[in-house]
Amino acid sequence: MDLNDTPEQARYRAGVRAWIDEHAADAPAAEGRDEQHAIAARRAWQGRLAAAGLAGVTWPLQYGGQGLGAAEQVIVDQEIARAGVPGILDVIGVGMLGPTIIAHGSEEQKSRLLGPMLHGDEVWCQLFSEPAAGSDLAAVQARATLLTDGGWRLSGQKVWTTNAHFASFGMLLARTDPDVPKHHGLTMFVVPMDAEGVTVRPLRQLTGDPEFNEVFFDDVVLAADAVCGPVGGGWGTAMTTLMYERMTIALGSESMGYRAERFARAIAADEHARRDPEVRRRLGEVAVALLAVRFSGLRTLSGLQQGQIPGPESGLSKITTVRGAIDAGDLMADVLGPEALEAASEWTRMISYLPGLKSAGGTEEILRNTIGERVLGLPPEPRLDKGIAFSQLRAAERAAATR
Amino acid sequence: MNLELSDEQAFLREAARGVLSRFATVTAARAALEDPDALPDLWPAACQAGWPGLLVDEDRGGAGLGAFDAMLVMGEAGRVLAGVGLLGHLPASELLQRAADARVAHVADGELRASYVAARPPGDVTTGWTVEAPAGPLRAAAPVLGDDGLLRGRACWVPDAPGAGLLVAVATREDDGSPVAVAIDAETAGVAVQRVMRYDATRALGHVTFDGAAGTPLDGDDANGPAGAWYLAQALLAAESLGCADTALQTSVAYAKERFTFGRAIGSYQAVKHNLVEVLRLRENAYSLLVYAGWAYEDGHDEFPLAASAARAAAGQALDLASRTMISVHGGSGATWEHDAPLFFRRAQLSRRLLGGLGDATDRVAGELLRAA
Repeated sequence: MDLNDTPEQARYRAGVRAWIDEHAADAPAAEGRDEQHAIAARRAWQGRLAAAGLAGVTWPLQYGGQGLGAAEQVIVDQEIARAGVPGILDVIGVGMLGPTIIAHGSEEQKSRLLGPMLHGDEVWCQLFSEPAAGSDLAAVQARATLLTDGGWRLSGQKVWTTNAHFASFGMLLARTDPDVPKHHGLTMFVVPMDAEGVTVRPLRQLTGDPEFNEVFFDDVVLAADAVCGPVGGGWGTAMTTLMYERMTIALGSESMGYRAERFARAIAADEHARRDPEVRRRLGEVAVALLAVRFSGLRTLSGLQQGQIPGPESGLSKITTVRGAIDAGDLMADVLGPEALEAASEWTRMISYLPGLKSAGGTEEILRNTIGERVLGLPPEPRLDKGIAFSQLRAAERAAATR
Repeated sequence: MNLELSDEQAFLREAARGVLSRFATVTAARAALEDPDALPDLWPAACQAGWPGLLVDEDRGGAGLGAFDAMLVMGEAGRVLAGVGLLGHLPASELLQRAADARVAHVADGELRASYVAARPPGDVTTGWTVEAPAGPLRAAAPVLGDDGLLRGRACWVPDAPGAGLLVAVATREDDGSPVAVAIDAETAGVAVQRVMRYDATRALGHVTFDGAAGTPLDGDDANGPAGAWYLAQALLAAESLGCADTALQTSVAYAKERFTFGRAIGSYQAVKHNLVEVLRLRENAYSLLVYAGWAYEDGHDEFPLAASAARAAAGQALDLASRTMISVHGGSGATWEHDAPLFFRRAQLSRRLLGGLGDATDRVAGELLRAA
């Protein structure tokens, strides 16, 4: 039962802290009103972090990383948070897509793509979800057809794409063979976002901000070397990305700012509220949930250090985080009244952000199915899509609906 | 950092499971509802396993282990509804040890069974030390250690008090109201322990009355003793509750896989599956907070009150839902006398209301954070 750094980790932390303290004055603001300017500054800052060895900490040395473990990555994250400076801009690229390329990409892809990604010179986006393929990701319809020269022609639509409006590349899951069951006919592609036929449109959310984009592909021509991993093996490649996504979420859920202490501070400021038994009970329940998330994250990290890979059970922490934060937002608004819903209030944004977050990375309902089946070993519900070619699935669904 | 069980901890847990498997504790829990003598006496086995001295230093005859180790044993007891007597004994042993009381060696080897007569510490917006009243939500003032050296007062619903040889009661001093633990031989004049059974026959409870009883104030140099014992008891009860919840969940999951309705295993229905995943979610939250409590205790950290209260609240929630889900997953038979599910439900219902109850634990989580804010 030990939460402390080993002597090596303590030395590493001291080095990280010293670098950040020395350079914190040069760090950009975490959020800026002028987006273009802010993004340029964040990209430059990512470059500084990468040059100092504080980005891609777990990447292998040969690809510009530090070849260190999850513990060191968490130390870097903790020290960055402590100093109040922003971390890397391209969390999706460096945290999830880079490791996917390292696992499945060709040597050419690795040497061309990883360096600029790490240094923030080329930002990446993840082109997986579609309007009809969210939690059921293997239902993607974006279609890539093989051309005679070995290249591919891509058509379709992606949605919920973070950072697409300033990304240089996207990692895209497309259907390359509709005549096999849906998990088998998929292939992963590296798509240059400036290719002809790519259209990015911001998607304004409940918060009022365009947090995501929708991206359209109209006969986009890709070269043969755009394929990442085996043709027809895109599902396996996507699973690698999602495993790193789980890890990023499991280790970083507190960085979303839903900390029990934050809500306690706000309540403590109100002498009446802090003595109200109902407010205290609700605050206590929120805090129990969010403290549990904190220590579940540490359990995950501890497991990683012992060589375990986080499984679907880490999704439980996401459910708890979202629910705890929703309850906290309700509590704050109940205590403060309508004033909590004023546009500039810190609670307004949180309250508006959470309903969507509930479905981010897969809906809570499907997550519960996955955990019930993979962790508890419960049998799946009957499905129409097993053992049937994707091209036949629509007809089977229609037949079931009219039966 | 390492939050995995050590080899020694894994061994301690497996050994506890082995010891308890020799007794048909769940069957006895049912029989004892009608015949209290049906409960096996687990104390000799506990002594043989070295559990009474888990928290006592090795040079005083104990095992010198920490709260998390004790929580592992409590979890195994909870799994099979075993009433071992450790919930009362272990916090008492801790108070004796902190004060270097000579009786700690007999308590460590189990020759002397002790019972902690708890008093709740004041919170961030409440004053005074309180104990459970015989009925109702109101709390009574903790027993008072008079200037004459005699203890007066009453504490109700005290775990493991009946039959204990030594009572370690938390009281307040008559002159300045400061808390003090007092060790009193249960046979001393002026001490009365009334055995009470409520709803869950595996839980030995007592109403303890001190009517001018002479005891030994445990004047250790550690002013945090009386409060620390309260939070230790919270952590132990949390661990025991989590063990109960684990059995309830595992039994429910196994049944959901083998029971078929409308041509499908009931565990394939989302309505059933999602309920079971919700139990798992609360279970994982509680386990993470037990780890927090174990770490905070070991590090002598001032977060222990927060961690132990949070663990208690989370484990109580988990057991509540696990025991209700165990009944509902088993359909109509889940609520029959012959089924095990009602025994876990009884355990959940009573545990939730002991030692301040879940409400107090949840309030204390808020209070600790508000105090620190």
